[in-house]
Amino acid sequence: MKTTSSKFITRRRLLTTVGTGAVLAASPFRINVVRADEPTIKVGFPTPLTGPYGTEAQDQVRAAQVAIAEFNDAGGLNGRKAELLVRDSKLNPGEAATRTLELIEKDKVNFVVGSLSASVQLAVNNITKERKIIFNSISQSDEINEAKDFSRYTFHEALNPHLTAGAVGRYVFPKFGKKVAFLTADYAYGHQMVRGFQEAGKAFGIQTVIDVRHPLGTSDFSTLLPRIQALKPDVLCISNFGRDQQISLKQATDFGLKKSMKIVAPILLYTGRLAAGAQAFDGVIGGTSYYWGIEDKVASAKVFNDRFRKMNDGKVPSDYGAMGYTGVKVVLEGAKAAGSLDPEKVIPAIEALKYDYYKGPEYYRKCDHQAVQSVLIIESKSKPEKGPADVFNVIATDEPSEKNLRTCAELGFKS
Amino acid sequence: MAGLSLDLIAVQLFAGLALGAIYVLFAIGLSLIFGMLTVVNFAHGAFFMVGAYVGLFVLMMGGNFWLALVVVPLAVGIIGLIVERFLVRPLYGRGIDYPLLLTFGLSYIMVELIRIAFGKTGYPFDTPELLQGAVDIGIGYFPLYRLFVLGAATVVLLVLWLFLEKTSFGLIIRAGARDPQIVRVLGVDASRVWLVVFGIGTGIAGLAGVLAAPLQGVIPEMGSTILAEAFVVTVVGGMGSIGGAVVAGLLVGIVVSMTSLFAPEMAKVSIFALMAIVLLVRPQGFFGRAGLMS
Repeated sequence: MKTTSSKFITRRRLLTTVGTGAVLAASPFRINVVRADEPTIKVGFPTPLTGPYGTEAQDQVRAAQVAIAEFNDAGGLNGRKAELLVRDSKLNPGEAATRTLELIEKDKVNFVVGSLSASVQLAVNNITKERKIIFNSISQSDEINEAKDFSRYTFHEALNPHLTAGAVGRYVFPKFGKKVAFLTADYAYGHQMVRGFQEAGKAFGIQTVIDVRHPLGTSDFSTLLPRIQALKPDVLCISNFGRDQQISLKQATDFGLKKSMKIVAPILLYTGRLAAGAQAFDGVIGGTSYYWGIEDKVASAKVFNDRFRKMNDGKVPSDYGAMGYTGVKVVLEGAKAAGSLDPEKVIPAIEALKYDYYKGPEYYRKCDHQAVQSVLIIESKSKPEKGPADVFNVIATDEPSEKNLRTCAELGFKS
Repeated sequence: MAGLSLDLIAVQLFAGLALGAIYVLFAIGLSLIFGMLTVVNFAHGAFFMVGAYVGLFVLMMGGNFWLALVVVPLAVGIIGLIVERFLVRPLYGRGIDYPLLLTFGLSYIMVELIRIAFGKTGYPFDTPELLQGAVDIGIGYFPLYRLFVLGAATVVLLVLWLFLEKTSFGLIIRAGARDPQIVRVLGVDASRVWLVVFGIGTGIAGLAGVLAAPLQGVIPEMGSTILAEAFVVTVVGGMGSIGGAVVAGLLVGIVVSMTSLFAPEMAKVSIFALMAIVLLVRPQGFFGRAGLMS
C-alpha cells in the first residue's frame, strides 16, 4: 500500500514538474526560475552617485557593467551569471558602511567592489574584513595598504598616493627644478600626496618653500595664490580633487602662475578637465591610472574602450571609471580561476593572477594586495585636436615595479 | 614666515578687497530683498546659479560674454518677478518663516531643474578674451578679470544707490519699507513696489552668478556656498542695510585674505568666527535696525 501511494505521488509530482517546466520553458520568466535554482553571482558596488564625485561614480558604474557583461557573455562561472548591485554611498563613511552591511546581510553579495574617497573605502573595508567578504577598492588610499587596515580579504586595484605622487615627482623634479611649493587640500588625500612628492623628491634634493593647506570645498583661491607667487618656486604641486582642482587650476591660470612655474597635480582628472575647460588645465602635468588615448599602443585598452563605447553611445571611459571595470573583472576572473565563490579559494586565485585587462600588465603584491601597475604621466593639451575627448598627451609611463611602492616592512607587515 | 614682505601684505590686502567686492555683489540682492520686503530669500544662491547657466546658454547660442551681462540680469529678474507674483505674494503678512520655507524649497527645485536641463556635470566658462591674464598693479600681478569684477560691483552699487536715493520710485520703495500701510493710504500700489524690488534683487543675484562663472566654472551646486557667504555678509552688515552689506562684505574679504596668509586652513572658518564675534558685540550687525526679524 505504502509503496503504491509513494509511487503514485512520485508520478504525479513528475507530471506536474514536467508540465510546469514545459510551460516555463516557453515563457519569458524562464530566466528567473533558472536563477532561483542557481543564484547569480552578486557584486555589491557602493559608490558616491550623489555628491561632488558623482560624475566619477557614475562612470565607475558604467565601466563595471562592461565587466559584468563580458563575464556573462563568456558563459559566467559554469553558467552562473553575475549581476551588479549598485548602492549610493553619498560620499559618507557611515552611509557607505550601512549600505555595505545591507549588501552583505540582506542581498548576500559574494563580493564588494567600489568606493571613492579614502575615508569611505576604509569604512567599507572595516565591514568586509569583519564579514570575510572579498573587497576590491578602486579609490586612492595609502592607509588601505598598511597592516593595521589590511586583511587578506582586502584588495586595492587603484593606485595609491605614494605611488602616484612618486611617479609624477620622479618625472617633474629633475626636469623643472628643485624649489617646490605645495597647495594642498587639508585632508588625508592631500597630506598623503604631499608626503609622496616629498619622499620621491629626496633623491633630487628638492626644497619645499611652502605648503599652503586649504579647506576642502574652497571656491576662491585668490587670497592663497599671491604668497606662492611671491616665493617664486620652480614647481607648484596642487594636490586636491574634483571641483577644488578645477577651480584652483583655473584661478592659478588667471593669476599668471603658469608663466613663472610649472604646475603639477598628482592626479589629473579626465572629467575634471572636461568640466573646467582646456584653458584652466593647459600645460598642467599630472599622473593618472588610465587615459583612453593609450589605445593606440595598448591592445587591451583598445578592446576595453571599444566595449565601453558600444555600451555608452560612443563615450570613452574616464580614469576612475575604468577602475570600476578592472575592480569587478578581477574578482570575477578570480572566481573563475578558483572555480568557486568561496573567498578562501578565490583569494589565492586572485593573488596568482597576472593580468592585462585594460592598461598593460598588472598583478597583486602578496603582502598588501596592492595592484602593481603603471602610472601614466600626462600633460593637458591647450586644445583638443581629435574630438572633444582628446584632452591629454601621455608624456611618460612609470612602469609597474614593486620598487615604487612602500616596502612590506614599512607598511608594518612581518615577513 | 618665509617670504613675507610689505609688497606681499599690500597684495594680500588688495586681494581681500577684491574678494570683498565679490562678496558684496553676492550679498546685495539678498540684503535688498530682506531690507525692503523682510523676505529671507533662501533661493538667492539658486538665482545666482541660474544666472551663471543663463550666461552659459547665451554663450552656447553663439552670444558673447558682454551680451550675457545684459541678458542674464533681465532673464533672472523676470524669473524673480514671476516667483514674487505667484509664490511669494500670497504669503505676505504671514510671518517671516513662510516665505523662508517657500524659497528654501524653491531653491531645491531650481537646482534640480538645472540638473535635468544641463546635466549634473559642470561646464567650463572661459574668461572673456579681452580680460584674460594678469596685470601689474604696482605691488604685484593681479588677474585682469578680478579687477573687472571689482569695477562691475562698484557700478552695480552706484546705480542701485542712485536709483534708491535719487529717483521718485526709489523714494516710494524706501517709504514702503518703512511703513507700507501709509504708502498704501497715499494711493501707491505697494504690491507693485515689492514686485519690482524682488525682481531687482534676483536680477543682481543672476548678474553676480554670470560674473562669478569665469572665476569658478558653472555647476548646479555653485549657489550653496555663496548663499552661506551672502548670509554672513548680510548678518554682519545688519539685516536689510545695503551700506552695511558693503562694509561687511569688504571686511569679510580682508579677514579671509589675512587669515589665508597666516593660517590658510582656517580661511573658511574665519568668516563664521567673524560673524560670531560681531553678533556677540552687536546682535543687529553694523547698521541693522533692531526688531526687523520679529
